[in-house]
Amino acid sequence: MSEEIRVPIASDADTIVARQRGREAALRLGFSRTDATFVATAISEIARNITVHAGQGEIIIRGLSEEGRDGLVVIARDEGPGIRDVAAVMRQEYASEAGLGIGLWGARRLMDEIEVASQPGEGTTVTMKKWCGFDEVGRLLDDRRPSDPTPGS
Amino acid sequence: MRVATGELRQACPCGYLIASIQSALSDTEVVELRDSLLVEVARHRSRGVIVDVAALDVIDSFVSRSLSTVARTNRLRGAKTVVVGIRPEVAVAMSHFGLGLDAVDTALDLEAGLELLDR
Ligand SMILES: Nc1ncnc2c1ncn2[C@@H]1O[C@H](COP(=O)(O)OP(=O)(O)O)[C@@H](O)[C@H]1O
Ligand SMILES: [Mg+2]
Repeated sequence: MSEEIRVPIASDADTIVARQRGREAALRLGFSRTDATFVATAISEIARNITVHAGQGEIIIRGLSEEGRDGLVVIARDEGPGIRDVAAVMRQEYASEAGLGIGLWGARRLMDEIEVASQPGEGTTVTMKKWCGFDEVGRLLDDRRPSDPTPGS
Repeated sequence: MRVATGELRQACPCGYLIASIQSALSDTEVVELRDSLLVEVARHRSRGVIVDVAALDVIDSFVSRSLSTVARTNRLRGAKTVVVGIRPEVAVAMSHFGLGLDAVDTALDLEAGLELLDR
């Protein structure tokens, strides 16, 4: 997948489109269904941050090939108010489900790499990467799908 | 009655409410679903509600928090909330994320959910 997918984000309905595109791209690139779900869930969080904190922006998804590894990169960009203290937001090692700050924290756990670049008044860019092939649990689940023909049964 | 791209029905004769979500939900629709669940459970004086989420291919922090709110609020009114049908890959993603569906009972499917409520 060398082409780039761009999804404008202006409302919460656009978030559904973005995470569907992300899932499809991940599956095309050879990710397991579980890893594709990780990608879609992370996109859901950062797209929500655009609509809630910045109003509008866009999500860009493309395939990655670096140092012999294949993967996918998701870039979320907006020109909203920005984040005053990115380090403080990212330092959060524990976030309660009820509290603030769980979105980026969750995205970091679901993806392999995440980088947040932001200046107050100049918007925010979140770059998240995930690499193919580290997903043991996903492979197990995919192997066990009832729709898959099982040898000998 | 219909709720946010889903369907809410009175499960006769057991007196439980069953909400089956039919498609992916926007945050606005999640809020609508949450509010109608709370209103309908009160209106029907239900002792239990089952939310079928098998149609959801993503359960993120917002959906998770909303389901927890429904469960906690219902519990204060003496009603149980059971979420059924979480897809396997969604369950793995939620557990990596750290989303535990606080206060929510879960069951594999509708049948298991009804059994749980009958207990
Ligand atoms: N795109 C953005 N624009 C401005 N601020 C943002 C953006 N994304 C995140 N933030 C800030 O970072 C904080 C943490 O974000 P997040 O982890 O998603 O938690 P939450 O959105 O639940 O507060 C937010 O409360 C907000 O202040
Ligand atoms: Mg957020």
